[in-house]
Amino acid sequence: MSSHDTHAHSGHDHHELSWLRKYVFSIDHKMIGIQYGLTSLCFLFFGFTLVMLMRWQLAFPGKELPIIGKLLGEAAFPGGVMAPEFYNQLGAMHGTIMVFLGIVPLAVGAFGNYLLPLQIGAGDMAFPKLNMMSYWVFFMGGVTMLLSFLMPGGAAQSGWTSYPPLSDIAPAGQTVWLLGMVFLITSSLLGSVNFIVTAIQLRVKGMSFFRMPIFTWCQLVTAFLLLLAFPPLEAASVLQLMDRVAGTSFFMPTGLVISGEQSHFAGGGNPLLWQHLFWFLAHPEVYVLILPAVGIVAEVLTTNTRKPLYGYNTLVYSVIFLGFMSFVVWAHHMFMTGMGTTLSSFFQATTMIISIPSVIIVTTFLLTLWGASIRFNVPMLFALAFLPMFAIGGLTGLPLGLTASDIYLHDTYYVIGHFHYVVAPGTLFAMFAGIYHWYPKLSGRKMSEFWGKVHFWGSFVCMNGIFMPMLFVGMAGVSRRLYDMSLYAHAKAVFPLNIVMSVSAWSLACFQIPFILNLFISWRKGQKVGDNPWDCTTLEWATPTPPPHGNFTHPVEVHRGPYEYAGDEAEFVPQNV
Amino acid sequence: MDELIPYIYKPHPVTGITNGKFGTWLFLASEVMLFGALFSAYIMLRVGSESWPHGYQELHVAWAALNTVVLIFSSVTIVMAWVSLKLNKFTNFRIYMGLTLLCSLAFLAVKSVEYMDKFHHQHYPWTSNFFGIYFTLTGLHAIHIIGGIVVNAYLMGPGAKLWKTNPEQFTGRIECAGLYWHFVDLVWIFLFPTIYLL
Repeated sequence: MSSHDTHAHSGHDHHELSWLRKYVFSIDHKMIGIQYGLTSLCFLFFGFTLVMLMRWQLAFPGKELPIIGKLLGEAAFPGGVMAPEFYNQLGAMHGTIMVFLGIVPLAVGAFGNYLLPLQIGAGDMAFPKLNMMSYWVFFMGGVTMLLSFLMPGGAAQSGWTSYPPLSDIAPAGQTVWLLGMVFLITSSLLGSVNFIVTAIQLRVKGMSFFRMPIFTWCQLVTAFLLLLAFPPLEAASVLQLMDRVAGTSFFMPTGLVISGEQSHFAGGGNPLLWQHLFWFLAHPEVYVLILPAVGIVAEVLTTNTRKPLYGYNTLVYSVIFLGFMSFVVWAHHMFMTGMGTTLSSFFQATTMIISIPSVIIVTTFLLTLWGASIRFNVPMLFALAFLPMFAIGGLTGLPLGLTASDIYLHDTYYVIGHFHYVVAPGTLFAMFAGIYHWYPKLSGRKMSEFWGKVHFWGSFVCMNGIFMPMLFVGMAGVSRRLYDMSLYAHAKAVFPLNIVMSVSAWSLACFQIPFILNLFISWRKGQKVGDNPWDCTTLEWATPTPPPHGNFTHPVEVHRGPYEYAGDEAEFVPQNV
Repeated sequence: MDELIPYIYKPHPVTGITNGKFGTWLFLASEVMLFGALFSAYIMLRVGSESWPHGYQELHVAWAALNTVVLIFSSVTIVMAWVSLKLNKFTNFRIYMGLTLLCSLAFLAVKSVEYMDKFHHQHYPWTSNFFGIYFTLTGLHAIHIIGGIVVNAYLMGPGAKLWKTNPEQFTGRIECAGLYWHFVDLVWIFLFPTIYLL
């Protein structure tokens, strides 16, 4: 009983589903992927809007924000000027929304759901109903997060890291944040179980592990990270909920004085405990953000260099090693907590070790480009830009991983610049590459090349306009999360850079307009293309466009590795031929 | 829908298990990480505190020991329920599953008596971190017990209709429910000495 002979029937024996079952409560992995994609793009834009508001206060501290300030009301903008509490809410919610409701659901929920079963030749995910449930639990988590803005005292305001004791005594929005996190963690867990079982059990005949496309490998490793790293944060969230709701003092030290009064907590707790539990999740989370991007870039690069991927096996081993190592580097976020030099040295060493597979990944990509006749289409431009951007992000991380230089750089704008280089022009550019690359599979049409290039060049310049100055501001010693940095003498020299960053951020938003229009207009008006417009070799291009329920109309069997380009007999040979 | 996805009730020739059983094991792996994090938190809190009572001074060891016996017994009965299906004796399955449910309810009953007794003696989660972690860990474990009761009751009641149409798949589901139940049992076997005895 093999899986591929069942696909043959599935194309024509399914009955017409109602609109609700087809588009809303769908159990088809492709529709769920699209749902994840659209929802997460909305959240990404919302999270970006929050930071655009912050950028006003950062560039023009204490100045009245015209029109919008009035619209948002007196509580958030007393007299049209942003309140410090509201600034903190924007900061905390920007991070939370971008990471947990934007990038992860887009990278894993959308791309993983849509492509993983297709790339391994499966008819669907192993547990389709569970898949639907993951999406809806995620959706509820998102709604919960949004509703937290309506709580008395506003949304969570203790940063996306929610460090106690501040988060333990923050207004009610923090409790809603924790509940939202429980939803999001549950959704990730359900999703990761589904991904792993699908990738291991449902591979079509001939699709051995070392014939899997890199994208699928990355999704598989990512799923393991989600499965094993998220539960400690769930534990931490439960403990913090208990602190806030049941009055325990797991994270509250003895004798804490709040606003001049002895706190009502019994004490005896440990604020560092939260940091350990949080970063035990949140460092693997960084690799959850980056690995799917690596997978997408690998696919787009090989397709458009028309060459086999350089060092496929090395890349696979690097990705697996990266996954393992990501579990033992978490405390490099905590060098400044006084946890002791022995621990710091250990985590410094592991952090240096984890940079090795990252460098291998970038090197294999660069060597793939060597001697290629590159097609400079829009997905390729985004994938090419990913390489230097991810490299800058990675290299700026090294001084943070070394304990000595971290003493100076810790919690400055340099850190913000560093991880945004990894996630924004890094991961997000890979996501854009993926959207432009696989769009023809979803719609049968290409997105406009011209507007895609406008989107690319505009975003590329603006992203660097935002994040490059951050590195300099940070090196001047300016702390992150400052409401008004113009008050500090050491920030005087670099303060004008804030205007550059803010104008870049708002321009970046303008350059997303062609993308949004392109995304929707091309669905009906784009250039019509065939089932395999980029001449790819992987299985998702062997389906009709868009893939029907059950994905494959004829039995597929895999006979070769994933990237057989530039052979002696043919320019490219698909895996199923 | 069903023929679209292979290995729902037939094991995969290489991994040797069905999708459902594989998924259950993965889910349990994540549960290990959840409780592992909580036990680590317990250790960190206890090591870092100035004074920490011994469990047997503050809690009723006898009640917890009774609950341990009840839970271990229920783990045996759920295995018997699965064996009954393997032997094609559906009536026996119902009896053993019923016994499992009875045990789980008994466990919760003892647990609530214990909680009431603590409240009666003015011991609340906010009293000290010892009671905080006691209520958090046993409470989270109790939620897992309730989850198990819901699943097992469904499989004994409306879910049992599957036995008539696809006995192999139904037996697989009971096996997965049994795996989960054993895990919940195992967590208690760690909780009991950690909280009550040490």
